Amino acid sequence: MSDPVIIMEDLSFSYDGHLVLEDVNLAIHEQELVSFVGPNGGGKTTLLKLMLGLLHPTKGTVRIFGKRPQDARPLIGYMPQHAHLDPQFPVSVMDVVLMGRLGLTRPFGPYTKADRIAAEEALRTLHVWDLRRKHFSALSGGQRQRVLIARALAPNPRLLLLDEPTAGLDVAIEGEFYELIRGFARKMTVVLVSHDLGFVSQLVHKVVCVKRSVVTHATSDITGEIISRVYGSEMKMVLHDRSNGGDIFKCITS
Amino acid sequence: MYNFLNDLARFNFLQYALVTGVLASVACGIIGTYVVVRRISFIADGIAHSVLAGMGSALFFRTVHGWEWVSPLYGAVAAALVTAIIIGVVSLWTKEREDTIIGALWAVGMAVGILFIARTPGYSTDLMSYLFGNILLVTEHDLWLMAGLDLLVVVAGVLFYNRFLAVCFDDEFARVAGLRVEVFYLALLCLTALTVVVLVTVVGIVMVIALLTLPVAIAGFFSRSLWQMMALSAMLSMVFTTAGLVVSYEPNYPTGATTIMICAVAYLVVVIGEGLRKRGRG
Repeated sequence: MSDPVIIMEDLSFSYDGHLVLEDVNLAIHEQELVSFVGPNGGGKTTLLKLMLGLLHPTKGTVRIFGKRPQDARPLIGYMPQHAHLDPQFPVSVMDVVLMGRLGLTRPFGPYTKADRIAAEEALRTLHVWDLRRKHFSALSGGQRQRVLIARALAPNPRLLLLDEPTAGLDVAIEGEFYELIRGFARKMTVVLVSHDLGFVSQLVHKVVCVKRSVVTHATSDITGEIISRVYGSEMKMVLHDRSNGGDIFKCITS
Repeated sequence: MYNFLNDLARFNFLQYALVTGVLASVACGIIGTYVVVRRISFIADGIAHSVLAGMGSALFFRTVHGWEWVSPLYGAVAAALVTAIIIGVVSLWTKEREDTIIGALWAVGMAVGILFIARTPGYSTDLMSYLFGNILLVTEHDLWLMAGLDLLVVVAGVLFYNRFLAVCFDDEFARVAGLRVEVFYLALLCLTALTVVVLVTVVGIVMVIALLTLPVAIAGFFSRSLWQMMALSAMLSMVFTTAGLVVSYEPNYPTGATTIMICAVAYLVVVIGEGLRKRGRG
């Protein structure tokens, strides 16, 4: 197997003296499709931010493509949760997606032709090219998710990190989303954060359960016992279906 | 109106005042837009008040110690830049509460300025003009300095538009995309500081914040992108400063206060108009 895209070794992270992640050892390889699952506040987003060099480990190391995370950023596409964005900000969809090109475009002045072509491609991939002139704030939650994923794709990354790409998504289009994400995974390594195990277990190769410590499972190994260990007694398994050739778990909060 | 036009043709000070308003409006539209969308108008106001320290001390050294080359405007530029950098450094790299620091710099800047001015003979008219504007006292030298600041602000604001836009909209993403977010944030604060200095001349320290934000707020109702907001607010601001000058001239009203009232009335009309339009639709 090729060298891992992401390696975390003996990593711990504390915030204001509060231990968030402890003794994390993790390796994710080229073109794997991996999901971080776990309860809210379990450290999933923190793990992503450590991979981006936005946070720094208290102990241990992170290497992305063998580099320090901040040096690997040109190879990474990132979709943050959109809750922190100002809903009144006057910016068009196209301008949002072009932000993905900031590290590649010239140091000043307008975006280049190449930037616009890459942004167009990303918008078309996510089926939101028609929205390009719209105000970002005028979009629905699901449309915003797509635009932010398009922004993550615009730099043509080799590693895609998606924080809660399914949040606020209509159940009816979940299937289409599976296909999109599977498509990305054919070209690059994809890590997504989700608290919806039902969504990810149909989709990904590997599930990383994050609740202060980290345990990696092949999707097919997930059992009810693992789910309740990760989520505690709040979660219960309500459906167990083997029709897709793999195991499907639907989890709901009781 | 006739008297105004008549005098405009005759008096340099009135021409300078008019040009000052136009210059200030351009910087105001561009930087004011960044300030409003990034929601840092409290920082801008803190910088504006700290400017008094620079103006007061410059006045003191010039009058009492005979340092002729120290213009209050130089003092203002220095004080504004120092304050902007302190606020930027505190908010980027320390865990201190940003608003506490801004409030402290705001008050300390005023205090320093007032102490210096109090020790300067013949202080009261100067203090009034710093606080409430002195657009009719602009000299040719001031005008050149302001034109220089304006050019700097406009070139930087336009050249790095995409980068400032990204830093204002989503600084975390901008960092991941490869931008030196700290550099751009500090640069934005410094540009804000320079803009504030230009505006202080027009409406005075106390009222800067209204001229920096109200035209942008009005433009926000009619703009779909940041650059439209910039262009429209710059034009509105030109209209307001010119109108302020014209309206206040004959009855001898304070120009700064008149300009602000015109801004405020325009804003109120637009807000109410938009409110009615929305209700009429829904």
